[in-house]
Amino acid sequence: MLLLGLLLTGGLYASLAPASADETASTAELVEQGRELFITGCSTCHGENGEGVRNADGSNLGPSLVGVGAASAHFQLATGRMPAAGPAAQIPRKEPVYTADEIQALAAYIASLGPGPGSPTPEDYLLPDDLTDEERDEQIAIGAQIFWDNCTACHNFNGSGGAMPNGGEAVPINNREGQIIYEAMLTGPQTMDVFSDGNITPEEKRAVIAYLQSIEEQPEYGGFGMGSLGPVSDGLFVWVVGIGGLVLAATWIAAHSTRSKKDKKVEA
Amino acid sequence: MSDKDLEGAGSELAATTPDPVPDPGLPPHHWRPTDVDPKAERRAERQVAGWFLFSALCTISFIFSYFRFQVGDNWDTFLGLGASTLFLGLSLSGALLGIGIGIIQSARKLMSDQEIVEMRHPASSPEEDRKKVVEMLGLGIEEASIARRPLVRNSLLGAIALVGLAPIVMLRDLGPLPQDVNNAEEGLGLEHTVWREGMRVVTGVTGRPLRASDLQIGDLVNAAPEIEHADVGDWHQLHGHELLISKAKSALILLRMEPRDLTPWEGREDWDVEGIVAYSKICTHVGCPISLNERTTHNLLCPCHQTTFDLADNGKVIFGPGARALPQLPLAVDPEGFLVAQSDFTEPVGPSYWERDSK
Repeated sequence: MLLLGLLLTGGLYASLAPASADETASTAELVEQGRELFITGCSTCHGENGEGVRNADGSNLGPSLVGVGAASAHFQLATGRMPAAGPAAQIPRKEPVYTADEIQALAAYIASLGPGPGSPTPEDYLLPDDLTDEERDEQIAIGAQIFWDNCTACHNFNGSGGAMPNGGEAVPINNREGQIIYEAMLTGPQTMDVFSDGNITPEEKRAVIAYLQSIEEQPEYGGFGMGSLGPVSDGLFVWVVGIGGLVLAATWIAAHSTRSKKDKKVEA
Repeated sequence: MSDKDLEGAGSELAATTPDPVPDPGLPPHHWRPTDVDPKAERRAERQVAGWFLFSALCTISFIFSYFRFQVGDNWDTFLGLGASTLFLGLSLSGALLGIGIGIIQSARKLMSDQEIVEMRHPASSPEEDRKKVVEMLGLGIEEASIARRPLVRNSLLGAIALVGLAPIVMLRDLGPLPQDVNNAEEGLGLEHTVWREGMRVVTGVTGRPLRASDLQIGDLVNAAPEIEHADVGDWHQLHGHELLISKAKSALILLRMEPRDLTPWEGREDWDVEGIVAYSKICTHVGCPISLNERTTHNLLCPCHQTTFDLADNGKVIFGPGARALPQLPLAVDPEGFLVAQSDFTEPVGPSYWERDSK
C-alpha cells in the first residue's frame, strides 16, 4: 500500500510538475522566439526594441509598439497588414506572412514590451453557448443598435465598407472572424477610432459580433444584394443592365423583320 | 409621287413652293411571310395568343404567390432569397412582359405595315373663321361691359387675388413659429436642447454614464443626454415625440485625444475633460448626423456633402459646404466622477435658419 502510495505520488508529480515548468518556460521561450522574429522582420521600421523609428524629417517610419498590446499585434499580423510592403496612406489587407504559431510568438513579445490590450479568447468574442434562442436574439438586437450607432457611418449599413477621405477605405467587416473584429474595436487600427471596453463593453462587443454574423446567415429578403453597397451599385445595375438591356431589345426588335420575295397579288 | 399628286391633295405649300428635289416616291412594298402565307399567318396568330396566355398564367401565379408565401417575421425563402418578393416580382414582370411581347409580335407580323402618305395641311383655321371668333369675343366683352366699367373689373380682379391668399394663410397651421416654442428651461425650439448644467453624458444605445477614465486616447463615443434614458432630477424621462425631437437635436460625438493636440478658442479652454471633447452630431450644413471620423487627423466627415470638421480645432470647417463650426458642448465632471455638461450648447445646433443671428 505504501509502495502504491509512493508510486502514485511520484507518478503524479512526474506528470504534473514538469508540465507547469514547461508552461512558464514556454511563455519565456515564446517571447524569445518572438523577439528573434521581430528583429529579423520588424525592427527595420519599428526599432530593435519596438521603440519606433523616425524619418529624418521627424515623421514616423514605424510607430513605437510599446503598450500596443497583443491584440494589436495579432490583428495587424493575422490580417497580413504587417509586415507592410511599404509606407502608404493605408496598409492593405493581404495573406498573412507568418504562421499562426509565429504570430502567437510575435504577439507575446510585443505584449512583453509594455501593458496593453491582450488578445481576446473565444469566450470574449463569441456569445455563450448556453443562451436560449430568445436570449441570443435579444443580444443580436442590442448588437444591431450598437452597430448602427457606432459602425455604420464608415463601414456601411451591412458592414460592406466604404470610402474614407484621402484615398482611404473603411474595410468590409462582414465575413470576418470574431477575433479580428473584436481586436479592431479594441485597438482602432490605422485611422479607425478606438472603441475601448469603457466605451463599448466586452458584452456589447460580443453582441455586435453576433449581429454581424447573424446578417451573414440571413436570407436576402429583397433579392440579390449586389454587394449591399447602397445606391451606387444599385444605380449602376439599373443604368447599365436595365436601361442598356432595354436599348438592346428595342434595337433588336427594329432591326429584325423578315420580308417575303413573293408578291401578295400573285397569291390573290 | 408626282407633282400632279401633290396638287391633287390640295396642299397650299406644294402649290406655291416648287419642289427643288424631285420626289423619288416610295420604294415598292415587300410583303412579309405572314401577308402571303396563310400558314405563317396562323402560326403568328398562335404565337401572339401564346404570349397573352403566358401573361395570364403569370398573373394567376402572382395572385397565388401573394397568398402562398409568408412575409413578416417568419418569411419563406427560396435559394436564400425572400420567396414572396422574388415570385411576386418575377410573375408580375412576366405578366407585363407577355402583354408587351404579344403586342409587339402582332404589330410586327399581323397588323398592316404598308407605307401610307398623308399630306400636311396648313395648321391655322381659315381666315373667315378666325375673323368670326374675334368678332364674337369683342361682342362678348362689349356686352359684359367690363371695359367700360373699370370699377367692376378692378374689384373683380381684387376679389380673385384675395381668394388666393386664403390657402396661403392656412399654411400657418403647419406648426408653431420657431420663436413661439423657444424655451431654454425645457430645451425647446431651435435655439435650445435638453443639455443643461450637470446633465450626464451617457452612451447612445445603452444609456450608460461615462467616466473620463472609461475612455482611452482615440476613443469615439456616440453619446446622448441622460434624460433620454432615465428620470433626471425633477425631469421626467422623455418619450415618444419629445424623445424623437430631443434625439434629433442633442446627439453628441465624444472624442478623447491627446490634450496637447487641442487648440481651444478663447473662452473654451476648460471645455474639455482630460482631452475629451464633445460636439453636436448634427451637421451645420443641412443637419445630417455625422460620425465618420478619422482618428489620426481628428477630421469628422459628413456623409451627405463631405463637410469636414476639425475636432481638435473647435470643430472648425476645413472642407465642404458647411458654413459654421460644429457646436461644442462644454464638459465637466460631477462629484461622482461622471462626465456632465457645463451648460446647454452656447449656440443653436444644426443648420442655419432665417431668424438665427449670423455670429
